[in-house]
Amino acid sequence: MTLRLPRIGTSQIIALAAILAINWTVSPQFFDIRFQDGRLFGSLIDVLNRGAPVAILSLGMVLVIAMRGIDLSVGAVMAIAGAIAASLADSHPLPVVLAAALGAGLACGLWNGFLVAVLGIQPIVATLILMVAGRGIAQLITEGRIVTFTAPGLSWFGGGSVLGLPAPVAIALAMLALTLLVVRGTALGLMIEATGGNARASALAGVGTRAITLAVYAWSGLCAALAGIVAAADILGADANNAGLWLELDAILAVVIGGTSLFGGRFSVVLAVVGALIIQAMNTGILLSGFPPEMNLVVKAVVVLAVLLAQSPRLAGLGLLLRRKRP
Amino acid sequence: MTPNDTHLLELRGFTKSFAGFPALNGVDFTLRAGEIHALLGENGAGKSTLIKTMTGVVARDAGTLTLAGEAIAPRSAEEATRAGIATVYQEVNLVPNLSVAQNLFLGRQPTRFGLVREREMRRRARELLAGFNLDIDVAAPLESYSVAVQHMVAIARAIDLSARVLILDEPTASLDAHEVENLFAVMRALAARGIGIVFVTHFLDQVYAVCDRITVLRNGRLAGSATTAELPRLELVRLMLGRELSEATATRAPVDRAEAAPVAAFTGFGKAGYVAPFDLALRPGHVVGLAGLLGSGRTETARLVFGAERADCGTATVAGAPVGLAAPREALALGFGYCPEERKTEGIVAELTVRENIVLALQARRGVLKPLSRREQDEIARRFIRLLDIRPPDPERPIGLLSGGNQQKALLARWLATDPRVLILDEPTRGIDVGAHAEIIRLIRALCAEGMALLVVSSELEEIVTYADEVIVLRDRAHVARLTGEAITVPGILAAIADEGAGAAPRAA
Repeated sequence: MTLRLPRIGTSQIIALAAILAINWTVSPQFFDIRFQDGRLFGSLIDVLNRGAPVAILSLGMVLVIAMRGIDLSVGAVMAIAGAIAASLADSHPLPVVLAAALGAGLACGLWNGFLVAVLGIQPIVATLILMVAGRGIAQLITEGRIVTFTAPGLSWFGGGSVLGLPAPVAIALAMLALTLLVVRGTALGLMIEATGGNARASALAGVGTRAITLAVYAWSGLCAALAGIVAAADILGADANNAGLWLELDAILAVVIGGTSLFGGRFSVVLAVVGALIIQAMNTGILLSGFPPEMNLVVKAVVVLAVLLAQSPRLAGLGLLLRRKRP
Repeated sequence: MTPNDTHLLELRGFTKSFAGFPALNGVDFTLRAGEIHALLGENGAGKSTLIKTMTGVVARDAGTLTLAGEAIAPRSAEEATRAGIATVYQEVNLVPNLSVAQNLFLGRQPTRFGLVREREMRRRARELLAGFNLDIDVAAPLESYSVAVQHMVAIARAIDLSARVLILDEPTASLDAHEVENLFAVMRALAARGIGIVFVTHFLDQVYAVCDRITVLRNGRLAGSATTAELPRLELVRLMLGRELSEATATRAPVDRAEAAPVAAFTGFGKAGYVAPFDLALRPGHVVGLAGLLGSGRTETARLVFGAERADCGTATVAGAPVGLAAPREALALGFGYCPEERKTEGIVAELTVRENIVLALQARRGVLKPLSRREQDEIARRFIRLLDIRPPDPERPIGLLSGGNQQKALLARWLATDPRVLILDEPTRGIDVGAHAEIIRLIRALCAEGMALLVVSSELEEIVTYADEVIVLRDRAHVARLTGEAITVPGILAAIADEGAGAAPRAA
């Protein structure tokens, strides 16, 4: 474990700015924003809109990782929530649809939390169970088909707008605000950081580590369900095979780019969202540049490496050494 | 010693700052071959930093290091070991679940055709340990042996790696008297072979028993260096503290209080295979000391009382009402506090700041939904930093960067901030220097005078005698004697500990 002084996220913000600048050079209209039909359009808005599901996932993931856990099941939970929402959308009123989908996500999260906090199973294994089983459950719900819907209530979550912002962006922002309020407005953030940093010491100091673990996984499940609803509303349907596929890895990546250590402890919710935007800005940039999408993964890896290197305390020490040698 | 004997290890002008705070400031240190050299100083004086910079664990800002006349610049503990400087830390840095032999030859196992020659390795391990008067089963996992044996194995490994300089960082903190004597014999034998030994300890008796020379650090600077013969004890303490020590040797204050009703009482409390059932009453303004050898059940008793371990028999009452005490949270809600013995693994959250560590327990008791505002947190942290003289006085510093004694004070602050009715202190002065020692004892007395009930585990009998109103002596995981009033004397406690089956070195369980 390394001891760091508090980060301010300079490296993440520089990385995001650099990627946006590169996007601008490959596509000069990148920063052009139009206002049309009561909604903003443009590549930049696209980055925010496409990045919203991973950003929402990262809001849950960052807390799980800060507790020294990991949640591999979020992609599968997205598929479950999307499948439930899509199957119910045309036959039930919106509140029922939302309650069912979010409730399923919450239940999935509690299940993970139960395995980790009560049964003491390692998080990576515990959530792997649902990662595998969850997609199967989603397929059972959709009966193996791609379920489509037309209900305007649910489709608002993908195509609607709030004050000109696409609904997914507005939802992600609202969730960010809510997460910040819950985590920093209460003492939960301190408890999470303490437990992630030293679970035994925290338990002896009277922190209810078990309840907090449960709550954090439940929150991650809820966030995943919401991301699943947004993703389903975006395509007006649920594809149990592909909804949220591999997004758990993007969410973990977003958190790590945001500077939260996989060893738990200090975390930053805002920087995790910035991490999600960095990932999406790269995806969009590669699409705009006309490079084959296969390049995407390689470029992504390079950028992630660059951000992580910029955060590495060892590398900082090395830089200091080089600077000192020059008189 | 011959005059002008070879300077084995020379440090000149060692300087190191952490985030602007100087931890070492132009320190010189000379170790001669065949010398046992005590490195002393208060907490935060720079001992640990000096050792870490000399072994390359932490990069120094300035200074030169020569070993047997050759300039060296190790950049990691491994490089230092290869150069001939080996360090054995208080917390043994070996692999507990590997066998003793595997630990001794880790990374350099004798092989044939690429396969480890297990039998050969064991034979050599036995040979090696025989040189240390240690006759143990080298095939057994290291963790099955006491801390003393583990230390000996760590030293044997270090020496076998052709160390010319051996640094022992508080090796005696958790050893009993017999084990310490054994260690000293080994140290003397090694010194006679020309190995230079740096010995860090807080026990002044041990310094005079085994060391040839003493170097004292204070506030990151060299306070003085002299041979043991030239440095009388009083002068040494003065060097360490920079002031006359008036109170460290104060005797027991006469206690004359009416027996108050117990704030917490335990009847037939115990757990099978952990601690035999015991009766215990904690009264306001009273200090109950738990004495006994390592592994006798002292810490176990403390953990049961705090609910860190669940009792399976007996009853506990707090202020007359029966309580469950199934978890630390419950104990916390009842107004209990517990400073555990294992500071690093059970006490501090290293990466959080001093402020966050101090408010943790209070916040946990208030609950997640009633956060302390940043202003309240700052106020609490500032108050306790001032009250307990935590150094450096920076509430925003990660606590892991503080010295052991200051971490201990911050942990005390964590519990004092909750204003507890019952405070359990497990080895509160372990690994702490004279100055902080006296402060903590003073604090224990002050808390007691304010009406707090204290339960203190300590292996320092002289210390227990000065503050305890009642001493419970443990042996083999059972409470075997209860001393009060005039009966509380060091010989009295020793007699109770040694009452029967004496002499058997305890094995860490």
